[in-house]
Amino acid sequence: MAKAVTDQARISSSLLPRRFRVQQAWPESATITSLALSPLEGPVPSFRAGQFNMLYAFGVGEAAISICGDPDSGDLLHTIQNVGPVSGALCDLMAGDVVGVRGPFGSGWPLADQSGRDLLFVAGGLGLAPLRPAILQALAMRDTFRSVTLLVGARSPTDLLYPAQLADWAAGDGLELAITVDRGPPGWTGMVGVVTNQLARALQGRDPASVSACVCGPEIMMRHTCLTLCDAGVPAAAQWISLERNMKCAIGTCGHCQFGADFVCRDGPVFRWDKVAARLRIAEI
Amino acid sequence: MDIQSIQDLLTEHPILGRFDTASRELLVGCARNHHFGAGEMIQTEGDPADLVHVLRKGDVAIEIAAAHLAPVIVETVHGGDILGWGWLIPPYRTMYDARALTEVSCVSLDAACLRGKCDDNPMLGYQMFKYWLPHLAARFRAQRLQVVDLYGEGRD
Repeated sequence: MAKAVTDQARISSSLLPRRFRVQQAWPESATITSLALSPLEGPVPSFRAGQFNMLYAFGVGEAAISICGDPDSGDLLHTIQNVGPVSGALCDLMAGDVVGVRGPFGSGWPLADQSGRDLLFVAGGLGLAPLRPAILQALAMRDTFRSVTLLVGARSPTDLLYPAQLADWAAGDGLELAITVDRGPPGWTGMVGVVTNQLARALQGRDPASVSACVCGPEIMMRHTCLTLCDAGVPAAAQWISLERNMKCAIGTCGHCQFGADFVCRDGPVFRWDKVAARLRIAEI
Repeated sequence: MDIQSIQDLLTEHPILGRFDTASRELLVGCARNHHFGAGEMIQTEGDPADLVHVLRKGDVAIEIAAAHLAPVIVETVHGGDILGWGWLIPPYRTMYDARALTEVSCVSLDAACLRGKCDDNPMLGYQMFKYWLPHLAARFRAQRLQVVDLYGEGRD
């Protein structure tokens, strides 16, 4: 009876949004906006790299959005792509507006377990946003890892997320960075091709068995990246991806985001590749 | 640059380095060192495919140009890749423009010489098939992924 009451209280508190004010809103591209949020009351909840919040645009609806800020500094930052009514309303928010926030929810990138290994981040399109907290943390504890590599793929140079941050990382010596785009306009002198093309080069001179990969982007990109990494000898149990499904309750109760035996909101969004690889080959789940 | 040096360069290459020594030695007779400056055209679509470029260092843009469009880079290839396959397919013409994005160092193989050696030495032809084809297949696979828009948007 006591446990039932406790569960009820946990569920109730998880379902109740807190009010946050938009401190700053800025466009990342024509369809992508970043929001920096601060709570109207109480502290910023602590979060782990890879977790997500449910952001509520009052009167429109709620959407699961990855946290993109630095977990160590507690910056509550979200980068949102306008792909429908809810995300569109969130993208339209301006500094001073109020938004509802539930979270953080879900699993995180397992950085703490990768000590001494070659850390490889692979981001496709908006997938750099959920990886950003992990990359910042990896750089903050850079000596923990043998190497840190970031591969970024985007449709075109103008679609690259966080260009200033990428320039900073490229100029620093904390990580090796490779950027590639699908289409190189006149004047582009960087790499052109899908991000999987860069994997062989990123693994060159490294023992694939010592590589741990965190991969985030559209599902097809993650699938091809992980398959290529497996072919190159990177253990399937040392690769993680972040899945996206129709998250509604965010606590594994409503079932909207069921993915085989898992709920993406509760058991993910970060999954180890070998746990989900077979399921990702099944059409339409 | 002496013949031994070219053999060493081919041995260091991730694709040709996998050929057996005898086959690689056959290639040396068709090979010469080549260097392209940044911005220099390496080949132009429709030209005779006289050379195969075994890229050692540098980045190369594969471009498609049309009369009404500025050249579009559809792919870049890099040190460790092989540039050019028109040499293998009649009428032996290059199929795209290729321009050096950076300083490029390569070993260039004479196409007619290479075809002749493959005809005379089936083992060399088989080594080409065995080690070069996976490289080509990986590039075709990657270009298919480009077509499906790998980074496409989700929805609410």
